[in-house]
Amino acid sequence: MFVSRLQRLGADTIQTVAGLGRAALMLFGAVFGKPDVRKGFPLLIKQLYVVGVLSLLIILVSGLFIGMVLGLQGYTVLVKFGAEGMLGPLVALSLLRELGPVVTALLFAGRAGSALTAEIGLMKATEQISSMEMMAVDPLRRIIAPRFWAGVISMPLLAIVFTAVGILGGHLVGVDWLGVDAGSYWSAMQANVDLHQDVFNGIIKSIVFAFVVMAIALHKGFDAVPTSEGIAKATTETVVTASLAVLAFDFVLTALMFGG
Amino acid sequence: MERILSDLMVDIQNLTFSRGERLIYDNMSMQVKRGQVTAIMGPSGIGKTTLLKLIGGQLKPEQGDILYQGKSIPKMSRAELYQTRKSMSMLFQSGALFSEMTVFDNVAFPIREHTKLPETLIRTMVLMKLEAVGLRGARDLMPSELSGGMARRAALARAIALDPQLIMYDEPFAGQDPISMGIVVKLIRELNNALGLTSIVVSHDVPEVMSIADYVYVVAEKHVIGEGTPEQLRQHASPLVQQFLKGEADGAVPFHYKAAPYADELMELL
Repeated sequence: MFVSRLQRLGADTIQTVAGLGRAALMLFGAVFGKPDVRKGFPLLIKQLYVVGVLSLLIILVSGLFIGMVLGLQGYTVLVKFGAEGMLGPLVALSLLRELGPVVTALLFAGRAGSALTAEIGLMKATEQISSMEMMAVDPLRRIIAPRFWAGVISMPLLAIVFTAVGILGGHLVGVDWLGVDAGSYWSAMQANVDLHQDVFNGIIKSIVFAFVVMAIALHKGFDAVPTSEGIAKATTETVVTASLAVLAFDFVLTALMFGG
Repeated sequence: MERILSDLMVDIQNLTFSRGERLIYDNMSMQVKRGQVTAIMGPSGIGKTTLLKLIGGQLKPEQGDILYQGKSIPKMSRAELYQTRKSMSMLFQSGALFSEMTVFDNVAFPIREHTKLPETLIRTMVLMKLEAVGLRGARDLMPSELSGGMARRAALARAIALDPQLIMYDEPFAGQDPISMGIVVKLIRELNNALGLTSIVVSHDVPEVMSIADYVYVVAEKHVIGEGTPEQLRQHASPLVQQFLKGEADGAVPFHYKAAPYADELMELL
């Protein structure tokens, strides 16, 4: 009993490490492969559309609502202290430092990440990847690399859009409905938001999340067991693993950026 | 010796390969002669597709060697392997057409990837290949709009797009209606002769294979159990080969999966 458990633990460990190794190799092949601009650029544009532009709607809507909720919740607390003039910085800092990058990454993992995993898993199941290899075309460069870079480029941009829309949402609720002074909303925000500390750090977070989410989504698809069950499992794993990884990385990055 | 070497397209020497715990090939040898249609037959689940992937270098054997035109596939570097693969192609069972491209773009894909030919020339080449498989009119359809038989023919057009020297067919007859089966049989033979190809057909459809193959290997239980021209094979002494060719339900390969005696199991509950 004990020995078999020990064996299973060992097998699981080996599997996990081997999986990480395969992921690293895949990523290395995709990211550091010699890029072919003539063939690669149109593929990248297409994936930017699929991964980035098509995620725009969910990002806009979520950003607006989260900004509105922040405005409402922030107002009810701040007004008790007569500090509703600080609503602007509250909304802006929450979004810039945390909610913008994190919620965008979570939504992105659910919207684009799962779709990528399923797409690549299905390509594998229908032998499209194998047949590409047999045609002497490297699937890492043809399939993985454009999707990876499209994600890495579009996610920080989506996070910026999310944050901007969220700030407008906070304005909508705080200023237009609850009567916070528009001038103090914006000027307090200007006075309290720092370009380096807040804006750049948020963007850096978002870039790190983009790497994490894309690596997980593409690896899970590329490594999926090529059956309908296997693809379903891989898709679920993408969303779960990527979400947890984003939250874990967020804590580490927050500690590094704002902790000291 | 020199002449014999160049006569062989693929030479599999003492191949041993296993998947996980399961041994698939044990010290198996096999030769494919240039210009011929060589068939590999055997019951399902013995790893015939695996064999094609081994020849294509997608899998590596544990022991033994696979020579392609005299060069060892398992020992090649990645770059050499990719270079070599340009002269071979494989028709997958499902066709494996790229689902996001039209039939035309699918056939043009290998040409566009590996050459810098102008688009007008590519168009001519693609139309020639599509004409050869009778799908010139279907060039603007998406793979999802094709029937199974048409998808396989479109995939065949893609497989011959770069005029390979070796083409491997993975179960080309499986799941085809009689008409498209007849078309595929005719195409394999005609393309082999017209383009001077060497073909490897992996299949378990006995009559179709026997009608087009120049040489047949029957593989079962990790070994080649019989080989020869279709004529020689019909006279083969092995009961296993005869059972397979005639499609008998019981014989050297028993009908029943390994089990305890029937009577004993029925009595157990009483």
